Amino acid sequence: MEDKVVLLDFWPSSYAMRVKIALAEKDIQYEVKEENLSNKSSLLLEMNPVHSMIPVLIHNGKPICESLNIVYYIDQVWSHKSPLLPSDPYQQSQARFWADYIDKKIYSLGKRVWKSKGDEQEAVKKEFIENLKTLEGELGDKLYFGGDKFGLVDLALVPITSWFYSFEICANYSTESECPKIVEWAKRCMEKDSVAKSLPHPNKIYDFVLLLKKIYGL
Amino acid sequence: MDEEVKLVGYWASPMPPRVIWALKLKGVEYDYIEEDIYNKSELFLQYNPIHKKVPVLVHGGKPICESLVILEYIEDTWPQTPLLPKDAYERALARFWMRFTDEMGENAVSVLTSSGEKGENETKVAEALKILEEQLSLGNTKFFGGETINMVDIAHGWLPHWFECIEQLVGLKLLDPKTLPRLHTWVQDFKQLPIIKESLPDYDRLLIYMKRIRERFTNSTE
Repeated sequence: MEDKVVLLDFWPSSYAMRVKIALAEKDIQYEVKEENLSNKSSLLLEMNPVHSMIPVLIHNGKPICESLNIVYYIDQVWSHKSPLLPSDPYQQSQARFWADYIDKKIYSLGKRVWKSKGDEQEAVKKEFIENLKTLEGELGDKLYFGGDKFGLVDLALVPITSWFYSFEICANYSTESECPKIVEWAKRCMEKDSVAKSLPHPNKIYDFVLLLKKIYGL
Repeated sequence: MDEEVKLVGYWASPMPPRVIWALKLKGVEYDYIEEDIYNKSELFLQYNPIHKKVPVLVHGGKPICESLVILEYIEDTWPQTPLLPKDAYERALARFWMRFTDEMGENAVSVLTSSGEKGENETKVAEALKILEEQLSLGNTKFFGGETINMVDIAHGWLPHWFECIEQLVGLKLLDPKTLPRLHTWVQDFKQLPIIKESLPDYDRLLIYMKRIRERFTNSTE
């Protein structure tokens, strides 16, 4: 039976970009269905009844939700090509730890970095930069978080770099000055086809942020 | 895998028991180390410099942090008595519910630490419990794992005692046998299992501890 893979997507979502990178790494053919989050499709509501959020991967009719969950699923099912997780259980646990850190300490703050104002924004910005520096420390002198090869932690983090330009303009800081190694690492990741194809141009994200600000009256 | 296994925990935290239950179910010997989280040791800060939280599993001198990460590590390292489905789709579902319960747990803590009128957090917890009730009804089994417990049940292990304390302290009656019969029964069945029972902290001692936390955050003495 031929595999049918569908991705419920929203183009600016960093979470969805993770899934696109994973699918590209594994050379998986799939259909994209772009969602309008202010008018969610009945398919999305049916496939993710608990959260009604994208991304959702639908593999032969069965839905998998939550971006890291989807990535782990993809890695297990299409295990023969480009493994994303290390095979050693301890190394795997460290990769999962950092992917979880990125969710809790980077992605969860992103919205507030561009959306908030004044003292709140300063506080969030400070925390965001500190957490990026922690990641920079973990990267060290390695080419990628996983070592010589692009892996789970790189995949988990790189999508949000497409939002960095927007964060910098809105919160007035420079990632290059604060975390130069992260910027260098992001450029290295963008040399990979799977990443370059899956991330929108930062200017497009910024246009989107300006539109959101208008809608929210910010 | 014969290397030494240590678990660093704190008696009142609901996270270390998850690890204890998984290790016990798999028959893995370990040493338990109680850490005073209000006066953290140098060694502990070396084991978990990022989050500085319990539990930490130390296997052959190498630390693993974050309870769900630890559970996955335990499953990979000691495959006997599998606690996660082998099938990729079923496994993805199990992981979904494990994260779901963690989010619910965070909202429940917010309910404990905030005063005032019924808030957003309480509503979120109530809704999450309803979703769990539906989930249990769909499966029509005793536990999330079937007739025996698996990692999803373990992850929900904060409902007995910890959530019950929150309910008592805040004056909630969400886990009600009339409105959530399956979930209520699950809680009773789960905490009666010998392997679970022997690792639950004393209810009254926990209640006093959580009451002090609530007082500290809400600046009140009820």
